[in-house]
This record gives sequence, C-alpha cells and structure tokens, in this order.
Amino acid sequence: MAELTAVVGIGQTKYEAKRLDLSMPGLVRDAAEKALVDADCSWADIDAVILGKAPDLFEGVMMPELFLNEALGGAYKPMLRVHTAGSVGGSTAIVAASMVQSGVHDRVLCVAFEKQSESNAIWALTISAPFSLATVAGAGGYFAPLVRGYIRRSGAPEDTGIRVAVKDRENALRNPLAHLRLEDISFDLVANSPMLWDPIRYLETCPSSDGACALVLENESLASKRSNKLAWIHATEMRSEPTMFSGRDQVMPQATLDNAKNLYKKAGITKPREEIDCAEIYVPFSWFEPMWMEGMLITEPNQGWKMTYEGATALDGDFPVNMSGGVLSSNPIGASGLIRFAEAARQVRGIAGEHQVDGARKALGHAYGGGSQYFSTWIVDSAKP
Amino acid sequence: MSDRQMDGDKPSEHDEDVTLLRVPVSLDYDYSAGVSASRFLRGIEQGKLLGQRCPVDGRVYFPSRGSCPQHAVTFGDETVDLSDKGTIVTFSIVRVPSANIPLELPYIAVNVVLDGADTILMHVLDANPEDVHMGMRVQAVWKPREEWTTSTANILYFRAIDEPDADYDQYKEHI
Ligand SMILES: [Zn+2]
Repeated sequence: MAELTAVVGIGQTKYEAKRLDLSMPGLVRDAAEKALVDADCSWADIDAVILGKAPDLFEGVMMPELFLNEALGGAYKPMLRVHTAGSVGGSTAIVAASMVQSGVHDRVLCVAFEKQSESNAIWALTISAPFSLATVAGAGGYFAPLVRGYIRRSGAPEDTGIRVAVKDRENALRNPLAHLRLEDISFDLVANSPMLWDPIRYLETCPSSDGACALVLENESLASKRSNKLAWIHATEMRSEPTMFSGRDQVMPQATLDNAKNLYKKAGITKPREEIDCAEIYVPFSWFEPMWMEGMLITEPNQGWKMTYEGATALDGDFPVNMSGGVLSSNPIGASGLIRFAEAARQVRGIAGEHQVDGARKALGHAYGGGSQYFSTWIVDSAKP
Repeated sequence: MSDRQMDGDKPSEHDEDVTLLRVPVSLDYDYSAGVSASRFLRGIEQGKLLGQRCPVDGRVYFPSRGSCPQHAVTFGDETVDLSDKGTIVTFSIVRVPSANIPLELPYIAVNVVLDGADTILMHVLDANPEDVHMGMRVQAVWKPREEWTTSTANILYFRAIDEPDADYDQYKEHI
C-alpha cells in the first residue's frame, strides 16, 4: 500500500512578461522559499528536490537543473529533472508525489519554471527538420487546425472560444499573481482582437510569462501532525501517445481518455462532473476548455462547448474551470502544469483568496503537452482517501 | 534599464545597468537519414512520392520513417507510389511570423492526405484565404525540375483543382 501524501506547502512567484529583477536561480528560489514558508519548513527539512521545465532550447540553457539545484538547497541531496513538454509541471508533481508515496522520501520539494523573457518559444517550437518544409509557427500553428476540426465535428458555435477567453480573463482579475489582468475585458475586446492562427484570436491565446511554482509534499506521518487544512493526493495519472500515426484522433487522443478513466478509477470517482468541485485545466488556447471537458470525460463527446455556453465552467457555475485565470492569463510554460496542480490544492485547502470556490473539497489538476500527446493529472481532496 | 546585444566576448561599454543581455548561439547539426528516409528522399529527388505500408494494419504512411509509431514494427522494403493530388483535412491561416519560416504572411498551413496515403502531410496552400475549406481537392505544384533536391520543399505549395470536395466521412479520421 502506497504512503498517503499531502501537499503541505505552495509557493508561486508573481507572473510577469519579464521578471528582470530575478535571475533564473532567483526565480525558482523565490517560489521555493514561499512554499517552505507555507509549509513552515526550512531547507534542511527537505529530503529531495524535483525540478521541471519545458525544452532547454527555449532559453538555450542546457541542463539548467545542474546550476539551479544549488539555489534550491539541493546540494548533497537526491535531485531529478523532469521533462514532458508542456505537461511537465504536472509530471514534476507526480514524480515528486511518487517519491513520497513509494516511501523513498518523507518530504520532497518540487519546483517548475520558465523564463520566457530569456527564451524564444515560437522559434524553438517551429521545427525545421532536415529535408522538409517548416510550416507550423509555434504551438498555435500546430493546434489551430485541430481546433478547426473540433468546431467541425461538435458543431460548436464559433464564439465558444471567445466566451472561454472572457471568463478566464475575468477570473484573472481576482488573482493578484496573474500575468495578464485586463480591466477592460469584454466579449467585443476578444472578438475584435486580431486572428493569429485562424480560428485562434490574439486574446484567445496564452501570454509568454516568467515565473515559477513550488510545492512541498509530505507523507502521512509528518502531515498528520499539522493542524491546518491540507490537500491530500487521492490519485495521479500520466499517459502518452505518438505525435502522428494513421487514424490518430488528434482532437480527442486516446491517451487523454485512458488518462481520465484511470485517474477516476484510482480516485474512486464514478460521476466526475458531480463529485469534483472544481478543476484547473491546461487551456493555452481558449477552445481547449470544451475539448478537455470532453477529453477528461466531464461531459459527453461534442458537448463540451455547452458547458462553456451555459456558464457551467464559470466561477459560480456547477463545474468551475480555471478559477486562477488559467494558462490564458499566466504561462511560464514549464511551470504552467504545476500551477494547475497547485491551484487545485489551494482550492481544497480553502486558501485561493478572491478566486476561491465556496466549499471546494475535491479538485482536479490537469496538464497536457507536445502535440496533445502527454497528459498529467491529479485529484486532491481536503480529506484523506 | 537596457537590453543589448553582446559584442563578441566583451560586455559593451556603457553607464546604465544591464538587465538583459543577448548572447546568440548557433548549432550545426549532422543528420543521418537512415535507410528508409533515404529511400523516401531519393524518391522525391526524382519527383516520386513513396509511401510505406504498416504490416499490422496495412495503412500507408507518407512521409515514412521506416517504422510504425503506433505498432512499433518496422516496414519492409515495399514502397507505394502515391499521387500528388490529395484532400485538405484541416488548415489554419497563419498571421504569426517565425524566424525559421521564410513564407510571406498570411499563409495557409494545410494538413493534406495524399490520394493513396493514410497519414497527413503538413504543407502550404496557394489560394485566397477566403476560398480554403475542409475537403478541398488539391494538387502539388512542383519547383522547376532542375531545382529538385532531396527535400519535400521540391513541392512549392498545393493548389486547388477542379474536382468536387471530398466527403467529410472519407477524411474525418485524419483530423
Ligand atoms: Zn501500424
């Protein structure tokens, strides 16, 4: 039987376009220090450090974990770096959790970051393989044709994506850490923003952010001594599939469906929409909210857009999604998945401030990456399983 | 606050604080195509589009990398000649520049299934953005023969042909 594991500390930097006040080590240390304060721990209390970030090609710094480990108090301790493209923040939390669940360590620090001001993600994601023509400009270039495919098959109204963007950007106004906080956000502002990768508009797209997020995870014997509200990990799940194969459903990949099924099975959830109180989902382009509502089996195939349309995913809806403002409002890529996992934990701990869902007890954290081919998810709960 | 380019190995001389320094690096890659990709590239050098068949489900891969990503089996030596006509299964009109794409904006990025193939090829369409749609029938426009090399860029772009649109059910599994 695996050790029960809880999230006892959460730290986040302020997310901004350019954190010129912090170096890369400063950025990760800022988030880690805040997580230690929240967990009432010192560096000496940490048994191991798990670090995640997106491809090294972004900042052009090879193996940054080697020089960041010392900024994270990791000298002489076990240290691992995780990478699974955009889902890496989620996978980092899952690897850290498995260290505790397996009984290998009692208390683990996990940190994920990206410093996009020092990076060129569009360049790094525009793959120019030898002997072929490069046509896909950045992640938006890859996902826009899939969004078009989703609209065609679901018959979703064309303004569904705009509605998601308005909702997430309104939520961000309640989150002081969010990067993009547009006071004048409105349907028309999003609708009239330029088409970047048709059908994806500028304001339906995530920003480029600097930032880091950190969690402290503990086993049951340590966590049970605490008197404050914790987030207990009920289940974690990771899945992958190839980027391209004949007949691959790129809009609704098998890996997301398998991931959701197994996650709920492990967590003892049979009716996810009713049993889960809120979710932080990886939505880098607005249309991925309805797509992943289906991909996470929250609703039936081709019905995800109705949840957005009917306000179910709003902060006061029956299934709030992206209470923090989501990836659309803050996107330090490598950290983005961990921020989703952290927000799920904040919600069930009741410490999400202005974007708290009243009475949230069970929450879903979700991340995906690559060509919709890596999925990392967890279920956290204010009570032990 | 300033943002400047590094001059060789010397920090530039100035009075203000430097907060962000650009230090360009470059990489040259050596690339071994391998048996399968070499056959594919030698084919395209001659204007031939060669696919390969998965021994498990019989589906034709183009471009082929010599093995099936789904079934983890290698393809045999058999190749399948494909037409340079195909169907647009989905697309995007791109208005975002990227330093490594030498195309004028906006351009139309298309996912095409060539006739006889069971996988998508990512390429560009030469058309008015208002005219592009799913199911559109297209054909490759090739560079002049004397400019052909071992590259899919031998195809300049795709262009619409005068054929009725493909039925959605015929190509929907490729989206
Ligand atoms: Zn196969």
